[in-house]
Amino acid sequence: MLAAPVSTHSVPVIVDQAFVLFKDWLVSFLPPSWRPAAGVVLCVIAIVCVFPGLFALTTVFERKGLGRMQNRYGPNRVGPYGFFQPVADGIKSLTKEDVVPLNADVVVHFLAPLTLVVTVFMGFAVLPMGRNMVLANLDAGLLFFFSMSAATELSVFMAGWSSRNKYSLLGAMRAVAQMISYEVPLLLTTVAVVMIAGSLSLPKIVAAQSGYTGVFPHWYIFTPWGLASFLVFAIAATAETNRSPFDLPEGESEIVAGYHTEYSGFKFALFFLGEYLAMFSISGIGVTLFLGGWSAPLSFLNVVPSWFWFFSKVMVSIFVFIWMRGTLPRLRQDQLMNFAWKFVLPFTLLNLGVTALWRFMGEGWARWVVSSVILVGVYVFMGRVGMFKKHFGPRSYRYAE
Amino acid sequence: MSPIFYVLAVLTVAGGLAAVLLKNTVHCALALTVAFAGLALLFLNLDAQFVGFAQILIYIGAVAILVVFAILLTRGTETPQAGVFSRSWFVGLVIAAGVFSVLGWAVLQSARVLPQPSAIPSVTVHDIGVALLGRYVLPLEIVALLLTSATIGAVIVAMHEKGRPQ
Amino acid sequence: MLGEGILKGMAETAKNFAGSFVSEDRLTTVEYPEQRIPTFENARVFPFLVYDGSDWAAGMRCVACQICEKECPPKCIYIEKSQDKKPDFVGKPQFYPARFDIDVSVCMSCQICVEVCPFEAIKMDTEFELATDNRFGGLLLDREELAKSNEYYHRIHPTEADEVDARLNSEKAAAEAKAKAAAQAAAAKSADAAKPSPAKPAPSTGGED
Repeated sequence: MLAAPVSTHSVPVIVDQAFVLFKDWLVSFLPPSWRPAAGVVLCVIAIVCVFPGLFALTTVFERKGLGRMQNRYGPNRVGPYGFFQPVADGIKSLTKEDVVPLNADVVVHFLAPLTLVVTVFMGFAVLPMGRNMVLANLDAGLLFFFSMSAATELSVFMAGWSSRNKYSLLGAMRAVAQMISYEVPLLLTTVAVVMIAGSLSLPKIVAAQSGYTGVFPHWYIFTPWGLASFLVFAIAATAETNRSPFDLPEGESEIVAGYHTEYSGFKFALFFLGEYLAMFSISGIGVTLFLGGWSAPLSFLNVVPSWFWFFSKVMVSIFVFIWMRGTLPRLRQDQLMNFAWKFVLPFTLLNLGVTALWRFMGEGWARWVVSSVILVGVYVFMGRVGMFKKHFGPRSYRYAE
Repeated sequence: MSPIFYVLAVLTVAGGLAAVLLKNTVHCALALTVAFAGLALLFLNLDAQFVGFAQILIYIGAVAILVVFAILLTRGTETPQAGVFSRSWFVGLVIAAGVFSVLGWAVLQSARVLPQPSAIPSVTVHDIGVALLGRYVLPLEIVALLLTSATIGAVIVAMHEKGRPQ
Repeated sequence: MLGEGILKGMAETAKNFAGSFVSEDRLTTVEYPEQRIPTFENARVFPFLVYDGSDWAAGMRCVACQICEKECPPKCIYIEKSQDKKPDFVGKPQFYPARFDIDVSVCMSCQICVEVCPFEAIKMDTEFELATDNRFGGLLLDREELAKSNEYYHRIHPTEADEVDARLNSEKAAAEAKAKAAAQAAAAKSADAAKPSPAKPAPSTGGED
């Protein structure tokens, strides 16, 4: 990196640290021995309120946005411009009958949505949402995040298995297989970031990207290895959160609704919430790792408080999720697996090598040229080879003719 | 020994016992994950963040899933009529008791031999990384080699046999 | 190159997204309860019974022949034949349906009842807003609810209704001509009883195709 001028704190502290100061003020009413615990409780309450609120907003924006992409209006009936739609949806799912299949494993069926939402919420604990705004500044924060996201797989399996429904079980098997396959590249891309930043602590990773050259930030996405990592991360994150085009576990055309086929009412709402929370948290981690976390995109934009940047970056990535959902058709299971193991994984491994090269080539333009050439060359080559054997044309059926 | 330790210990042991005693195999696997989670929390209780999170990531995120998949892909989840106890359960019991007594003896001995640490050692992830790639690089590489050969073996097992159509 | 198609697709949806705010022409949907797209002439939803004149009970074309009831694939039609008879559009006494029920929750809109009806009595409706809060009685339409005037039929399917009317009119004219001929023949017969009467008109003469 070139010499990084220290970013100036042009934003007033009272604005930038508004939430932190507010928390400290609230806590100051308590006796000193209670303060740390109370502070944590307040942060947890804030997270538990803010992200479901964002979820409610996202559902209505998603439906409106998808509508616009398909040249229609989207929901516009409930309240002004349809913005009370999530309220109506919430009331509906709360008052709906909670149907549990007769043969279902009642305990596991009940626990599955709970463990899903709890483990997804845990991931938010380590996300730095602004300057000094992180609930648990863990030394191994990145590891914590991914261990929590790995634990969600089990609750998906629990949901699918306990329902005693073939569609549920198939959906769960698909979901788990997909999540495991894409977890490998997901973790390997973050390893590249850890190699450069030299820390598993998320605030430290943000701090490592907080410099500016001129007005431009030192985000990892603006390096060849970082861009490649980010693209792989985005693909893997989409697969990990079961979003389109990787939404096979919920493929309506094949397996009804996948692992939550047999869930209704509030339990279904919990799954829905869990899916969107996972989207937020994985976007948050992507923003933290590659897009400079809470730092401003241009140095003079530091006048805007840090938490604003974090949340706008997260919302932009949510928009990209929605955009992809509005554009891309669902993959087939074999395409999904082939893509993960035969393209994404080798490319990620190569990217790790390139990152090491970047790390040890030292400053200068040479490492830019070398790593860009390697990455682009391999990408094009793998794309060509991958396409070479594909026979596009009318589909042939082996048995059904 | 804080009360938290006892809560976690009870959780872990209960999970382990449930994994052995429950009838339904999938329930056993799920109970096993409770035991894994209890272990991870015990590690965290000892301030061993890296090990604790790695325990969750690997054991709950991968091993438990693997166990569950193995159960689903091989046979039904119901317990066979004949029972799950093998005929040589007595030998197993003797071996288990032997291993347990050796381990317990070693733990108790080491508690007397080792000097009591005056302060809790603060081991950061950075230190673990340096140790893994410095002093313990040879074991690490051997493990890596083992895993690679296991992966290749798995691929060979899963490969289509030659001469047969796919 | 790999990924090119994805970018093209994303550009397309982005164009739609932005364009739908700018030009109203892009929007393919209408705000339904306020705006409506006029139904196509050949649209069909569920069957209804046509009647002539202003009184549905007197002008009902249906003669309770029960062909439609027998032909209906999902068996959603239930007919009870009347005991007495009433004159049909040519004045001939015919049975009429004492009960004619169609369960539209069962009907599959196949139009077979319309195809088989020899009396042009049952036709397809375009009315689709049949939502009701009673799922049993609300969707079981009786003959009063099914009866719609010929004018209504002209309004929803003008071309088809004109053809039907032309056919019925020619039938009626033929029947009248026949009646007239019969009357003349009868008059001639009564006038000249000694002469052998001309061949009796066949009972099946009519407008049937």
